Amino acid sequence: MKPQFPRIAAAVLLATPGLALAADALSGEVKRQPLNWHAIIMFFIFVAGTLAITYWAARRTRSASDFYAAGGGISGLQNGLAIAGDYMSAASFLGISAMVYEKGYDGLIYSMGFLVGWPIILFLVAERLRNLGKYTFADVASYRLQQTPVRSFAATGTLVTVTIYLIAQMVGAGKLIQLLFGMNYISAVLIVGVLMMLYVVFGGMLATTWVQIIKAVMLLCGASFMAFMVLRHAGFSFEHMFQMAVTVHAKGLAIMSPGGLVSNPVDAISLGVALMFGTAGLPHILMRFFTVADAREARKSVFYATGFIGYFYILTFIIGFGAIMLVLNQPGMMETVVKNGKQVTQLIGGNNMAAIHLADAVGGDLFLGFISAVAFATILAVVAGLTLSGASAVSHDLYANVFRRGRSNEKDEIRVSKYATLALGVVAILLGIAFENQNVAFMVGLAFSVAASANFPVLFLSMFWRGLTTRGAVMGGFIGLTSAVLLIVLGPTVWVDVLKHKEAIFPYKNPAIFSMTLAFVFTWLISALDTSKAANDEKAKFDAQFVRSMTGIGATGASKH
Amino acid sequence: MNDEILKRVQSNPKFVELVHKKTGLGWKLTLIMLVIYYGFILMLAFAPKTLGTPIAAGATTTIGMPIGVLIILSAFVLTGIYVRKANNEFDVLNKQIVEEAKQ
Repeated sequence: MKPQFPRIAAAVLLATPGLALAADALSGEVKRQPLNWHAIIMFFIFVAGTLAITYWAARRTRSASDFYAAGGGISGLQNGLAIAGDYMSAASFLGISAMVYEKGYDGLIYSMGFLVGWPIILFLVAERLRNLGKYTFADVASYRLQQTPVRSFAATGTLVTVTIYLIAQMVGAGKLIQLLFGMNYISAVLIVGVLMMLYVVFGGMLATTWVQIIKAVMLLCGASFMAFMVLRHAGFSFEHMFQMAVTVHAKGLAIMSPGGLVSNPVDAISLGVALMFGTAGLPHILMRFFTVADAREARKSVFYATGFIGYFYILTFIIGFGAIMLVLNQPGMMETVVKNGKQVTQLIGGNNMAAIHLADAVGGDLFLGFISAVAFATILAVVAGLTLSGASAVSHDLYANVFRRGRSNEKDEIRVSKYATLALGVVAILLGIAFENQNVAFMVGLAFSVAASANFPVLFLSMFWRGLTTRGAVMGGFIGLTSAVLLIVLGPTVWVDVLKHKEAIFPYKNPAIFSMTLAFVFTWLISALDTSKAANDEKAKFDAQFVRSMTGIGATGASKH
Repeated sequence: MNDEILKRVQSNPKFVELVHKKTGLGWKLTLIMLVIYYGFILMLAFAPKTLGTPIAAGATTTIGMPIGVLIILSAFVLTGIYVRKANNEFDVLNKQIVEEAKQ
């Protein structure tokens, strides 16, 4: 299918400079598999169910509060599941189990970093965010600052993060569909895009949340079963499981220790910073805190989410080792392909398919169908959440508060967000076609760097530091954003691997420790030097903001249905 | 929120207590999480071999494995501690503050 689309792909590549220009994505072969009826039937059952939910949700979605925040009527447990669902994307399910399959212990290091951001969000961010904001994190960042510049910045940060994350998801969709459903690639990407648009446009946050909850439960059940089967195969002994894995893996004992993922201290710490603080800057996650009634429920959601996510990462780790044990070098699971002129033996469909092949090995065709459908559903749900958050940035921040300066009516705002959803849906489809063969886990890491360097510092300082001014927030935030993107482009992952230069200009793979520090330092410096009258007014408003953030007095309540 | 309510809340000793306790606990637990995680990262960076030590003589399992799982569990436990304390103690205090602000 691909030869028809190089022009679109090239246009998208040019339009998104610095996003790990995936020139390689255009050179791989698409291999269509025979139609997998189990997977297709189960996927259609899921789709029918979610469309029914969307219909139900559409009848309850009237106001802007319904559309952006499900009317604030989601409970802590439900929201915890939805947050976990947003986080357990296809990229982390397939990407991290693939990383464990390829590198062993390094995969665990990666997932640990994804998890430890959650306690920090609970201790410092969640309740304050709920008490101060309404629909988007820009509500909080711009609480006592000038609306136009701060919201413009926050919307930019949101759209950049969402776009990179969308690429990772759509790449996952493309890969899966080739392998699992035997469906035509383009039409399958179109199905993802169209379904996602239906959920968001008609069902708003209520439908998006329930799709996410259902998928989270399905994924947790499926992954639990796989981990159980793997452990059963190993006689419920981890020692035995590790022994068997070490015997068959080409790297042998090395998979039991930290390896090349963190080749030097600076990179290791920088990756940790990106994963930890990036979580607190992901707009589609932050948005979920506005769907619960109050700070108490917001707090509970993080507790549940941390539990589910932690459990899930332990499962992916077992699944990765299970794939080494039961899939690696097994007949019918491997293929030899030519990459960069070299013959490479890999899993059919690439190593990102480790978890999928394992499903086949432990549960046969029917279970393979189930896991395939779940993986596809995961992409749908996460893409819907991302798109809703991008659309809110366009309609709530840019249109209603920047363009119309807070004077638009609710109807117009909702209409704009629906158009924005459609536009983002089209962009997602085009990106899905353009970036095919990139490692999806790496793309997610990229989104985290940007979130940690642009969104997080501004959000954090707006809540914790009286001295923050508009000038400081906007300039510091943009410095964080551009430095994160620039350093990734000049670093080894893009400059050497993608652009094929000999040596990287910036030596580290993970820029967050530098770009986030730059953002904090410049936000502080510029704010401190800002002695304008406006700046003094902004500082004076901190007391009222602080009291509201601590007590919830004046916070937006839940609407009753 | 008008100025009067603001002043009333700020001068309420219970508010001072809430801020003190809540932010205190929040930062304390944050620090613990940071120490656990970056301690691990530093070990990874400067002594990666340590994590590769077998758990017992002749075992394939390395001590890095249980350490990794413990770090994941510690994140969950720390959030549990915070939520428990907040539900039982901070919310009661907060409710009183809100009530007293209305009078």
